[in-house]
This record gives sequence, structure tokens and C-alpha cells, in this order.
Amino acid sequence: MARRVGLEVSLACAEAVKLCNADVIAAYPITPQTHIVEHLSELVADGHLDAEFVPVESEHSAMSACVGSAAAGARTFTSSSAQGLALMHEMLFIASGLRLPIVMAVANRSLSAPISIWNDHSDIMAERDIGWVQTFAETGQEVLDLMLHAFKVAEDPRVCLPVAVNLDGFILTHVIEPMEMPDQAEADAYLPPFVPSQSLDPAAPVSMGMVGMPEVYTEAKKAALVALEDSYPVIKEHWEGFAEQFGRSYKPIETYRTEDADTLFVTMGSLGETCMTAVDEMRQDGKSVGQVRIRLWRPFPDEDFMAAIAGAKNLIFIDRALSPGVAAGPVATEMRALLYTKGKNMFTANFVCGLGGRDVTRTDFAGMLAKVEAAAAAGNEITCEMVGVKE
Amino acid sequence: MKTATEALKDFQKITPKKIPAVEPFSKGHRACQGCGEVLALRLVAKAVGMDMIAVSATGCMEIISSPYPQTAWEVPWIHVAFENAAAVASGIEAGRKALIRKGRIKDDGAKVVAFAGDGATADIGLQALSGALERGHDFTYVCLDNEAYMNTGIQRSSSTPYGAMTTTSPPGEKSKGQMTWKKNMPMIAAAHNIPYVATASPAWHVDLMNKVKKAVTIPGPAYIHIYSPCPTGWRCGPEVSIETARQVVKSRIFPLFEVIDGRFVLTRDIKKPIPVSEYFATQRRFSHLDENDIAYIQKRVDDDWDRLLSLCQVTADEPPVEEPPTGE
Amino acid sequence: MADEGMTPWKDLALGCAMTEPGSSKSFNTGDWRSRHRPVTDRETCIKCGLCWIMCPDMAYTADPDAEGYYLWDSYYCKGCGICIEECPKDAISWQEEKEEDKYGPACGT
Repeated sequence: MARRVGLEVSLACAEAVKLCNADVIAAYPITPQTHIVEHLSELVADGHLDAEFVPVESEHSAMSACVGSAAAGARTFTSSSAQGLALMHEMLFIASGLRLPIVMAVANRSLSAPISIWNDHSDIMAERDIGWVQTFAETGQEVLDLMLHAFKVAEDPRVCLPVAVNLDGFILTHVIEPMEMPDQAEADAYLPPFVPSQSLDPAAPVSMGMVGMPEVYTEAKKAALVALEDSYPVIKEHWEGFAEQFGRSYKPIETYRTEDADTLFVTMGSLGETCMTAVDEMRQDGKSVGQVRIRLWRPFPDEDFMAAIAGAKNLIFIDRALSPGVAAGPVATEMRALLYTKGKNMFTANFVCGLGGRDVTRTDFAGMLAKVEAAAAAGNEITCEMVGVKE
Repeated sequence: MKTATEALKDFQKITPKKIPAVEPFSKGHRACQGCGEVLALRLVAKAVGMDMIAVSATGCMEIISSPYPQTAWEVPWIHVAFENAAAVASGIEAGRKALIRKGRIKDDGAKVVAFAGDGATADIGLQALSGALERGHDFTYVCLDNEAYMNTGIQRSSSTPYGAMTTTSPPGEKSKGQMTWKKNMPMIAAAHNIPYVATASPAWHVDLMNKVKKAVTIPGPAYIHIYSPCPTGWRCGPEVSIETARQVVKSRIFPLFEVIDGRFVLTRDIKKPIPVSEYFATQRRFSHLDENDIAYIQKRVDDDWDRLLSLCQVTADEPPVEEPPTGE
Repeated sequence: MADEGMTPWKDLALGCAMTEPGSSKSFNTGDWRSRHRPVTDRETCIKCGLCWIMCPDMAYTADPDAEGYYLWDSYYCKGCGICIEECPKDAISWQEEKEEDKYGPACGT
């Protein structure tokens, strides 16, 4: 039976990895990811989780060891943040290119310089093209649930791809939240033991990581691309299965009070909850607003997104990262391209906020809406604006 | 520390008449004519046998063995990147350890062996190697040292010998070629207090294979540094590849030794060394060196040899390092 | 690019892996020889097998023939000359080879 518990979200993440019976955890400490791997090493040290904890000497080696472990057929987990994720960069492409079902929790944090341990999405936004399935959590419960889902998706023989679950550093990792903790039998019923599609087995030798000459490189990339695209129905299927078993449902794109709303905020990660509260307040003030939350970032659910915004007149894209030298933040840039390809001509605004741990409050959302209303009335787009910059 | 000593109690040597027939590394690979590195790799593979799981760093041996759809590997093999063969090997070892303990795969006794060139070992991969050795994974790391970045076109590495010409250490008005002394990787490996470290040359193929067999027999990490002639990069004839691997030992430039549980043992004493100039003569990478350069190199080679002999003497009499207490 | 010999993307193994071990054996590296090949004088040969063990290209077969000689394989020999250099009895020497004589089936696979 599931228990109602109050737990720090990092610990819940680690407990979820334990429920998933991970075989290998290879990790290197970086704030704000540390509590996740500390708790996992405790679980291993106390014999509560039968796994190998490999305390590697860098994040690059963490992902390298994960690649080796997953290639050997073991259920493999790691976690990182910011500079650590950036140091893994090279390996992230290889993990997906070799089709290895590694699961990683990314405790989102800003990238240097200047060095900042606090939260934004600049780490993961620099890794958009790594070929991984990428999901975003907003609450501790979601982190826990998305971890189980991540292994289920990654190891599905129809997918065989690594999955990154994003949770905001500190804002999620270091807070204590109430949540439903499934018991082991429930977790086992959802996630069967990992049966690798291919592994480094002397009884059936396989060569992994071949040289891709020009005659095959394009085909290899096409295969990996289609694998990511084709993971979409499997991701949905396993969320539906999760809802059936645990009663908590997830969707690639989630909406809040979008019905008859003229203006929609588009958010990712923990900011979603603040935004929901702000939407409630703005609705009380008679504003026609709602919210769209991107749960599944890769593969991006185009049709779900278009359906979610179908009735709106204005969109406000909230970015938690910059894309220097381009007109807007990464989310806005991508979404505008999507709107264009779908022939949807509508007012869009982009606000970059919450960089390096800067608070984003309900008032900030109200302020953004006011600017949008003024700009829309005047027929001016807000291409991209950094919120709260001290001049 | 007695790990190696105990594991080698009943060691069955490979003899010239009992060379393993298996070829876990197959023919049809695309190494250059006279490649001493691929011969070293072939000999390592023969010594380990078919129950090997091989990891390659990016480099010559990786590209010549795996242009899709042709693999020269008869055993499970993975290439991931340049700097992380040791980290990948540690992941494989950890994964298999967990799966065997949980009864999910059978304990087939497979040996995890990582192969990397000198650049992948002494330069870009040194951190990953150090980490894997320090953590004590049960694997063997083989450095195939051809003394420069040959795969990218003969650029110098920290393993390039003093005076050698490479494409990024060209001799000129203000340079004699490589201006730094070769990094001593076997000593760096030995400083990790691992059970077994050895150097080997393909010119002594039985010695090489026995060292590899010991390395994979001993539990825990082992490091083997193999001198691997590169006719293409060293500007010598392909036919003298193995003779070069012989001369480098006979000149005391590349001593053959083992470090077993911390004890240094010379495996081939060179009582009457040939002058280093004789070793240089067949390789155009050294052709620009003058008498003074050669005298300097000769002196340093002699000093290094003496130091190695001292280490052999000193460590021979040392009591073994105590094992940590065991138990729950 | 002509697509002869190319693999359709749907036919690639997971992660572009190669599931047939030792598939390089089909690759004719003997093609690389230029103008000469090593030939063993059976009168001088002592059947020690050094040519076999010292060959980087495995161009001598592991199993000696009925008389104990290690057979040279035209299909893989790149013509480096290590066997000639390393033969303790100098029993192997270069022999001129015409381009058209280079090609033949592998004998040791």
C-alpha cells in the first residue's frame, strides 16, 4: 500500500530510484543534485538498495560509466546539474546514439559565468539536441512519479533511449513536500526487471560504437531520430498505465483554466505552480487568462500543444534561459517556429525570468499580462524581454 | 597488499609452444602495413581469450577495427569516446557485478579489458584512468603506446620521447623537436597502489602475453603499458617494426618490468645495452638530433635505468602493505 | 553518392551496432600489397611459427598444414615484411608479384 509521506524531494527522487531497483548508480557531486546521490549512497551502504554505487571522479566519467553499465545490461541511474551536465555534453549524444536506456535526474541550475548554484533552465536548454526523452516535473510527487515512468519508457524495447527528468534546483530539490510513496510491490507491478535488447555478452558478441562512414552516418542518425519521435506514443501509453495503477495522470502538455482564455502563459517546471496561483488571482480580477505547461519537452508534442492553445488569442512564453544572439529565449524560439509551420498567426510575447535563482512571483505574472495587454492593443509583439533587470 | 601474489600462486604460463590459438581480434582489420600496435593488440587478445569484453578509446585501433559494417572484434566490444575507456570499463564492471550478484546474468568469468593509445591514456584520459584505478574496479587497462597522436596525423603527446619529430613538435631553428621528457605512465599507474602494473614489448611476445594473462587473472585493476611501434609516424620501414620494439628494450630506453603488489621486478635485465643512437638510426623522427642531444638522452636513459634498479632493490625487501580490516 | 552497398536505416541494428562478430574477415587487405609478396623456402623453414605469431595481419594460418608449415594467405597479407625480418632462419624472402596475381580467396577463414 502506498504511504502518505513528507519528504525532501531529492530524497523522494532517490527513493524512487530504489523502488525501480537500479543496478548501478554512477555519479559525481554537484549542487543542487547532491542530496539525491547522497541518499542513494546511503541506501546502498545500508543494504536497502542492492546496487553498485560508482563514485566517479567527474560527470564526464559518470555518464561514461553509465554508458558502460547500461551496455552491460544493468538498470542505470545518474543525476547532475549545470556545469556537471555541461561536462557530460559529449557523452549525452553517445548515450542516445548507442540507444542505452539510462535515466538521469537533472536538478536544473544556471550555467557559469558568473558561477551560480541557483535554479534556472540554462543547463538543460543547452542540451536540447542530445536525442534524449526529456520531461519536466513541477512537484515532489511528480518527480517521484516521473522517475518510475522514465525507466519504464527508457527500457521499453520500442524506445531504448535515455530519459532525463528535470526538476528545479533548490525550488524542488531542497523542499519537503507531502507525497504518496508507492510500496515495492506496486512499483514492481509497474516496472518489470530490465531485459536489454542487446548487451555486452560474451555468449552473443556485439560491436557497439562503430565508425560511421559517410555511407552509414546519415542512416544511423535517421534511425535515432525516428526512435525519439516514435517514443511519443509509448510515453503516453506508460502515463496512461501509470494513471490506471496509481491514479495520478500525466499528459505531454497540461493545461489550467485554458477554457475560453484569451491569453495563455506557457511554462515549464516548478514555475508552473506559481503561475497557476497567479492565474487564479488574475481570473478573480476578471482577466481572461490560463496556463499551458510543457511536461514533455523531447520529443516535443506538437499536436498536443496546438490543441492546448487552439482557442487562445495571445501566448506568453516564459523562458528560464537565454539563447544569446537569437531573437528570443529557447522555448519561445521553438514555439514560434512551430506556430509558423502550423500556419497559426497569433500574438506572442516572450519573457525571460528567474535566471540564476531570481524569484518569480505571482505579481511578476500579473505584470507580464499587463505588458501583453498594452502591447497587443497597440499591435506590438514582445519579441523577448528580460524581467526584472536592474537598470 | 598480497592480492597479486596470491592470485598468481598457481599461474599457468603461456609458453612458446603453447601459444593460444584463439584470435578474439580478427583479420581483415585496416591497420597500416607493419603496425606494431595492432600486433600488440592481437597478442593481448590471444592472451585474454574469448571471454573478453573489450573497450576501446577513440584512436587508431578503434577506427581500424570498426568501420561499419566490418568489425574485427569476435568478442563483445564497445567504443564510446577518446578520454573515457577506463570510465566505460568501470561501468561495465560495476553493471556486471550487480547483475551477477542479483542472479540476472551468470558469472561467466568474462574479463573487462580497456584499450587506449598513449594520448588517450597519458593526456586526455588520465583523469578517467586514475579514477578507475583508484576505485579498484576489476579490469585491465592496456595502453598501446605509439608515442604520438598517430590517428590524427602524428601530433605530439606527453608520451612522445624527447627529441622526436612530430607534426606539432617539428624541429626548427628554435626547437629540437619534442622538448619534454616522456611522461612515465607505468609509474603513475603504480602510484595508485594497484595489484599489478607491467610494461611489455611485442618483440617479446610470450612475455607480453604472460603479463596480460597475469593482469586478467589478478582481481582488481591492472595496468599494462605496451610499446607499440608505428612505422607511419616514426618514419621507419614497416618490416623493422618488431626489431624497433626489440632495440628500444635492448637500449634500456623502455625497460621491461612488473610491479606486483608494489614490488618492482625487472623482467628482462639488459646487461650490455646497445647505445640509444643505434635505436634512433632506423627512425627518421630522430634523424635531426646531433651528438649533444644524443649524449643528453643517453645520460638520462642510464640514470632512469639505475633508478629502476634501485626501486627493484628497495621494494624487494619491503614488507607487504597491510590489508584493511574486513567484516561487516 | 551511389547507394550501392548502403544499408537502409530501418535495417540497421540498434545503435548502429554490428551483430556479426569478426565481419572484417570479408575485407581484402591483401589488396594493399605492392609489387611483392613474402615466400617461404620450405627447405630452410624450421616450422617455428614466428611468422604466424609476429604477423600483425594474421596472414599466416594458425593451423600448420599436414607437413607442419604455416600457410601464407594472399587475402590478408599487406606486404609489410615483418615475417621476412623476424624469421630466425631467413627462410622468407620477397618475390615479385604481378597485380593480377594478388587476388585470391581467403584460405584461412
